[in-house]
Amino acid sequence: MAGHHIRAALFGAALAAGAIPALAQDGGKPDEVKVGITTFLTGPASVFGVPARDAAEMIIARMNENGGIGGVPIQASFIDEGAGGEALTAEFRRNVQDGADVMLAAISSGNCTQLAPLAEDLEVINLMWDCGTQRIFEENDYKYVFRTQANATPEMLASVLYLLKQKPDFKTIAVVNQDYAWGRDSWDIFSTALKAMKPDVEVVGEFFPAFGAPDYSTEISRLSALRPDVILSTSWGGDLDTFVRQAAQRGLTQQSTFVLPLAESSLERLGSALPEGVIVGARGDHYFQHPEMVGQADFDTFVKDFKDKTGSYPIYSVFHMAQAFAALDAAYEKAIEANDGQWPSKDQLVAAFEGLEFQAYGRPISIREDNQGVEAQLLGTTTSSDMPFKTLADIMIFDGGPLTAPVGEESVEWVGGLTPAFVDEIKPTTFQ
Amino acid sequence: MNAQLFILALFDGVAYAALVFMVAVGLTLIFGVLRVLNVAHGSLYAIGAYVTVSAGSAIIAAGYSPVLAFPLMLVAAILVGVVLGGLMEKLLLSRIYDRPEVLQLLVTFAVFMMLEDVQRLVWGNQPYFQSAAVNLLGNVELFGVFYTSYQLIFLPLVALATLIGLRLFLRRTLTGKLITAVTEDREAAQFIGINAERVYLLTFIAGAALAGLGGALASPTTSVLPGIGTEMIVLSFAVVATAGLGQIEGAAVAALLIGLGRSFAVYLYPELQVLVPYLIMLLVLLVRPEGLFGSPAARKI
Repeated sequence: MAGHHIRAALFGAALAAGAIPALAQDGGKPDEVKVGITTFLTGPASVFGVPARDAAEMIIARMNENGGIGGVPIQASFIDEGAGGEALTAEFRRNVQDGADVMLAAISSGNCTQLAPLAEDLEVINLMWDCGTQRIFEENDYKYVFRTQANATPEMLASVLYLLKQKPDFKTIAVVNQDYAWGRDSWDIFSTALKAMKPDVEVVGEFFPAFGAPDYSTEISRLSALRPDVILSTSWGGDLDTFVRQAAQRGLTQQSTFVLPLAESSLERLGSALPEGVIVGARGDHYFQHPEMVGQADFDTFVKDFKDKTGSYPIYSVFHMAQAFAALDAAYEKAIEANDGQWPSKDQLVAAFEGLEFQAYGRPISIREDNQGVEAQLLGTTTSSDMPFKTLADIMIFDGGPLTAPVGEESVEWVGGLTPAFVDEIKPTTFQ
Repeated sequence: MNAQLFILALFDGVAYAALVFMVAVGLTLIFGVLRVLNVAHGSLYAIGAYVTVSAGSAIIAAGYSPVLAFPLMLVAAILVGVVLGGLMEKLLLSRIYDRPEVLQLLVTFAVFMMLEDVQRLVWGNQPYFQSAAVNLLGNVELFGVFYTSYQLIFLPLVALATLIGLRLFLRRTLTGKLITAVTEDREAAQFIGINAERVYLLTFIAGAALAGLGGALASPTTSVLPGIGTEMIVLSFAVVATAGLGQIEGAAVAALLIGLGRSFAVYLYPELQVLVPYLIMLLVLLVRPEGLFGSPAARKI
């Protein structure tokens, strides 16, 4: 009897020993690199999510044509953020359990806030590829979660700086933002920074219409009566479209200077409804006519391929997706090199992401010690061109480093401590 | 708040109320006659908007005059009313009139969800915009503020015409009197030979057409995208509940109340703006649970 047991134990041990090489961290390449991507395929944010998915499919197809990552093809599955928090978490878990190597989550800041701790728990690398909330890395430390783009702070700060450089003498400002986390938080950062750098500015109106509001008539009437010099709106998608169209119809865009930090994504859709002289931001240095990138073969091919595939020019969510994959590629390359050409373990890949430098279709991006990406910011003013929609002139590109809150500092506090001298300190690259 | 701002707020409130009334009146008509709370009303509104925008864009792209955008709205409304409303009543609702009200509510809710998905299937997720009708009518200036004539003059006129038209229809025409009779007492009406089924069908089609017309009228002013139906239905419920279910003139008053309340909130205390319609509904229902103009209904057991 005892002998039987011993043989069974030996057999089991042999099996286990045989299995270990398959798990060996310095040998076999996997069959594929599995990537789980969350994006909005339904709902209002699908105006970002669907082009981003199209971009991911295009990028993955092209990468796989060239052998994939380190010779291993990529296999992606998409999760719809529009299905809601519960379904999203469940799908995220399922993807990780089915062996996802890397997750890309998410567009919505609310979802990122939920999924970042989950990814940390599940010990899966998660790239926050589009969400803007700066709070995640300011409130906690993460090992497995990285952000391959900037966050709300440099985005809003760049908008304030562009405004102050273009119109240093304006007196009054009003805001019309969507009534949810992004609308509130973005105004927080923008107004604190503005008041710090221009203490005599007067905020004459703060309007937060409901998310998805179909009608801004009353707000527009009020603003027409108030006549602020500047009107800020960080809204996006259908809300931004409605607001701009209704404001343009009633002449408000002639009366006040509009500052729309997310309008790059609406340029094509708004067409002639967007007037000239509007200050437009792009959540990073994203623009299909990026002055430093146009003319480079890679960039031009990407823009053309995307237009051919989807019928529209790429917008910032598309570029964000490209950045995430550029980061993924660069990280694997760095890890493989550090591992003498062998496929890296998860920990080696995590180490590769730290301090990573990569570049997609804008200026190079680096990931700093708190896992936050440092990305340049582009803003411009709308002007007519031979396109059927307005394009950007007077472009300024700001370096992301000085605009991102220092590691360990809280954003609103930090921007509150800036002074008017900051405006002159920052010297962006300017283009006509 | 000075006199000038007061008048501006007044005009904004009336413009907003006009649109809300157009949608709420169909809902309250259907409830008054059929005693069915039609949740799908929101989708009918949205589809009216989508059809108008799609057809309008096609017509303008084909080179026809943008003036056609106006009659197109009526066409879209009638299409929505007859096709969607008629089908819904004939195939679904007519089978369940004698069932519990909860079941009827659930059925209309199910239709609502299905129609929301149909919108996405047919028109996708991106926002649509077709503002030719608004641009045609130009702007009008009031105290240095520019309003679109469409919102300031056209919409309130249409709402007024609808109100007066419905009132005349229900009180003066034969069909209208049949509808009123069936509303009062279905059984008694059937005893004297009125075809209640036909009355229900006609009423539902009319209510659905009004919803579609509301959507068509709203479409030139706003982006049309999935979800506008949901918004509208919640607001319409607030108006209808405030007025009293089945009260058409009451719906006009309630719409005005809510429109003005919201508009003044934007001028005085913007943070409350989203809450105001529901605050008003709450206050009214606390004092008069049957709505401002509703009469306490005796339930037949």
